[in-house]
Amino acid sequence: MLVQALIKPNTYFDSVSLMSLSTKANQIDGVEQAIIAMGTEMNKEVMKNVGLMTPEVEEAGASDLIIVVKAETEELFENAFLSINELFTKRDSGKKGKSDIKYSTISSAVENNPDANLAIIAVNGAYAAREARKALENNLNVMMFSDNVSVEDEIALKNLAHEKGLLMMGPDCGTAIIGNTALCFANAVRKGDIGIVGASGTGSQEVSVRIHEFGGGITQLIGTGGRDLKEEVGGIMMLDGIQALEDDEETKVIVLVSKPPAPSVEEKVLAKIKTCKKPVVVWFIGGDEEKITAAGGHFAKMSKEAALKAVLLAGADESKLNKRALNIPLIEDVRTKLKPEQRYIRGLFSGGTLCDEAMHAAMEKFDNAYSNIARNPEYRLKDRYTSQEHTFIDFGDDEYTQGKPHPMIDPSTRLDRFMQEAKDPSVGVIVMDFVLGYGAHEDPVGAFLPAIMEAKLLAEQEGRHLEIIGYVLGTELDPQDYEEQINKLLAAGVTHASSSQNAGLLAREFVVKGE
Amino acid sequence: MSKINELFKGKPNVINVGIESFKEDLAKQGAEVIHLEWTPPGRGNHALIAALDKFENPAIMQKIEEANKLAVERIINSHPILIGYDQAINCVPGMTKKTILHAGPPITWEKMNGPMKGAVTGALVFEGLAKDLEEAAELAASGEITFAPCHEHNCVGSMAGVTSASMFMHIVENKTYGNIAYTNLSEQLAKILRMGANDQSVIDRLIWMRDVFGPILRDAMKLNPEGIDLRLMLAQALHMGDECHNRNVAGTTLLIQALTPYILQTDYTIEQKKEVFDFVASSDYFSGPTWMAMAKCALDAAHGIENSTIVTTMARNGVEFGIRVSGMPGNTWFTGPAQKVVGPMFAGYKPEDSGLDIGDSAITETYGFGGFAMATAPAIVALVGGTVEDAIGFSTKMKEITTTQNPNVTIPLLDFMGLPTGIDVRKVVQTGIMPVINTAIAHKEAGIGMIGAGITYPPVEAFEKAMLALNENIH
Repeated sequence: MLVQALIKPNTYFDSVSLMSLSTKANQIDGVEQAIIAMGTEMNKEVMKNVGLMTPEVEEAGASDLIIVVKAETEELFENAFLSINELFTKRDSGKKGKSDIKYSTISSAVENNPDANLAIIAVNGAYAAREARKALENNLNVMMFSDNVSVEDEIALKNLAHEKGLLMMGPDCGTAIIGNTALCFANAVRKGDIGIVGASGTGSQEVSVRIHEFGGGITQLIGTGGRDLKEEVGGIMMLDGIQALEDDEETKVIVLVSKPPAPSVEEKVLAKIKTCKKPVVVWFIGGDEEKITAAGGHFAKMSKEAALKAVLLAGADESKLNKRALNIPLIEDVRTKLKPEQRYIRGLFSGGTLCDEAMHAAMEKFDNAYSNIARNPEYRLKDRYTSQEHTFIDFGDDEYTQGKPHPMIDPSTRLDRFMQEAKDPSVGVIVMDFVLGYGAHEDPVGAFLPAIMEAKLLAEQEGRHLEIIGYVLGTELDPQDYEEQINKLLAAGVTHASSSQNAGLLAREFVVKGE
Repeated sequence: MSKINELFKGKPNVINVGIESFKEDLAKQGAEVIHLEWTPPGRGNHALIAALDKFENPAIMQKIEEANKLAVERIINSHPILIGYDQAINCVPGMTKKTILHAGPPITWEKMNGPMKGAVTGALVFEGLAKDLEEAAELAASGEITFAPCHEHNCVGSMAGVTSASMFMHIVENKTYGNIAYTNLSEQLAKILRMGANDQSVIDRLIWMRDVFGPILRDAMKLNPEGIDLRLMLAQALHMGDECHNRNVAGTTLLIQALTPYILQTDYTIEQKKEVFDFVASSDYFSGPTWMAMAKCALDAAHGIENSTIVTTMARNGVEFGIRVSGMPGNTWFTGPAQKVVGPMFAGYKPEDSGLDIGDSAITETYGFGGFAMATAPAIVALVGGTVEDAIGFSTKMKEITTTQNPNVTIPLLDFMGLPTGIDVRKVVQTGIMPVINTAIAHKEAGIGMIGAGITYPPVEAFEKAMLALNENIH
């Protein structure tokens, strides 16, 4: 074992830094022991006691820096001294300039950032209500992405927000656009003069994207959370949302998106529409046209229709719009390719409202459409792993997501099911959505391409045509490449639907037999 | 215009709680966004969350806020003055010849760790109660010796904190509230009693401190009727780059400068006086205990205020970490296991040689300096990860769990922000942020001494227990 010392005369470092460097020096490969210290009598005494004394160390003075190393070979020494030198030169380099101050509570973040005006709460449901309450108490509008929040908490929070004149979007609200900024799961759309209040995330996304495609734009998209229009909650957020958009100078037209509200809530909403000074387009998926029209609302049966009505009310020139009518020759063509036993639609969706819309389209012509989100229990899927006749699955529903991220982020559950459906000889068409925008998967189509190609090959080997409809919910402004996503689908032989509405209608029309 | 319509006017300014990718998406769109460093309050424990909720009930919250306001006022307005030095037997309340005071919450001889046992046996030999360490250990186990926490006798003790009858003490009086705090003298660094060393060189030094050093300081201060304003001196030392727990270069210079004229006027020999100056110069730790007594003096004045959730003591005995809270009067301790101290070590020692966190010195952090004032001491940032950024981060983070800032003692680097003052049990439990403590590392075995320095944190259990007790007490 050899001991070598390196003395740097008249080089001062404080003892704490040197202790720290010594600690690191002792971790260098091949170093048996190392001390880096100033040459004070006390330090030299320590070096002597641990067998690191050399004549150079003996001679060093209190203002000299001593680096002394014990190691096996000459080579190891060289490496050790090089590494120690690096420790000296590496200190403090590469550090960023301004410190990113961290806050642990909403109160302290607000105190130090008084301009804050919105909180996004996305923590475990057990703690979410507490944080939302703090946000409201600090005069922040709230978007609550968290679910599993009790309905009592939801009511209390919404009442508090209502009193304070704040938004309480959610719980379980995944989509909003505020000040032209997408929050959580939303698309990049043009700024414009149409405001949306939506109880359904993907439904609102779809309408905002269609408005964008028609050349219109959005002022605000307010999410309410899925339970807002239930009896217990009473539509507090939707009513406040309509009021806020009515008061908003930029907004000319208001669009409401929801499943049909509970009857008592529907009454309140219709009353609100009646007194609203701005035109209100209402898309309550499966809603009652008569009542809505009677209240002065503009009824829309489907999503594209809702967007179209909104842009026309906002002043768009109808003759200049491409309404994207259904491609009739394509429908004829697909019908001839399908064998008589290929009768069923299998809709595999990541967006709940997209699923709902496709199902409603099918229900108009078939009485055997089943789904995990069917409102009529008779048409609820008996076994979530097995399809029956026409089947529409919302993979974002709790029973499919347990312990996993939402299918807009994690395609795995839907991918497995896709392969299962592709093997079923009674399937005529599989229809799927691919949602783009903030929060969503960076390449949702890409994640499905290998499976799609495998499925197509399999069907071909079995001598049947497998029709797949893909709908890409997105805009050219989204972080993902919209065109590229569509081109990927087309290249894999998938039929591209231009909207959620068309996807549902095409799927239905493809499998209508012998009319 | 309603707040909702104000929100519509521009890009939202967002506080994001939970999923971090939402923050990134917002930043990409050019929105202002702060991502909270969030953890479930009370570590998700229902009883603790219920207690936090109860304390947010407006009527109860008002009581607590008022009590805490009073507590921090008393900490801030306390004006501790060093008025003299004397032997413990002459000044410390309840001191007897067979009493040994120790750091931290109560502990029995059997349960003491290596360094504390080393210090106790060394002190018994020093006091002449045992002829050697072996006999001292027998005596300590015999039941004849009264062991008690320093804190329960108006004292604090650094590291093992072992304080015996004939040791000289600082006497610090609170000019505002009249209470007095004590602590013994620095033995300077490394192989010393308080670190668990106890060989003849250690005993000899204690004897010299008893017979020469202590009397000179005592007699010097007798010539200074004004006393020495420790709060002012602390503020100066912090402006000179100390944090006054692990770095005491400036504070020691200021203190000995204040003492020197009086030392010179005493009747001791030039040689003895030179010994004193040499001893003080041998380590910058001389003023370390002084700041502890100063902090103790201020915090005792804030103890025992009904409904207050302010921490008045953090102290460790090497086995347990204990806290006391203003609203739980007297000697009510809340404890959890003492933690490891992480930091650079003297050459030749490894982390596994370290004893657990020990000493009453965390009284400095309880007041608001030490680890809380890391940003005043860029010279020792190696202790906390190596950069000035890290140091500033520690100081700003402590604002999250404290009640106010002390305008009398400030941090230049943070635009003269006052020391984060008044650790609030509620905030610690709510945020999961633990007070940061700068401290020394003693060898785990008796007889060796100091082997490094670094940072540590209290165990969260101590604060959780305090929270539940406060919940019982505050209605």
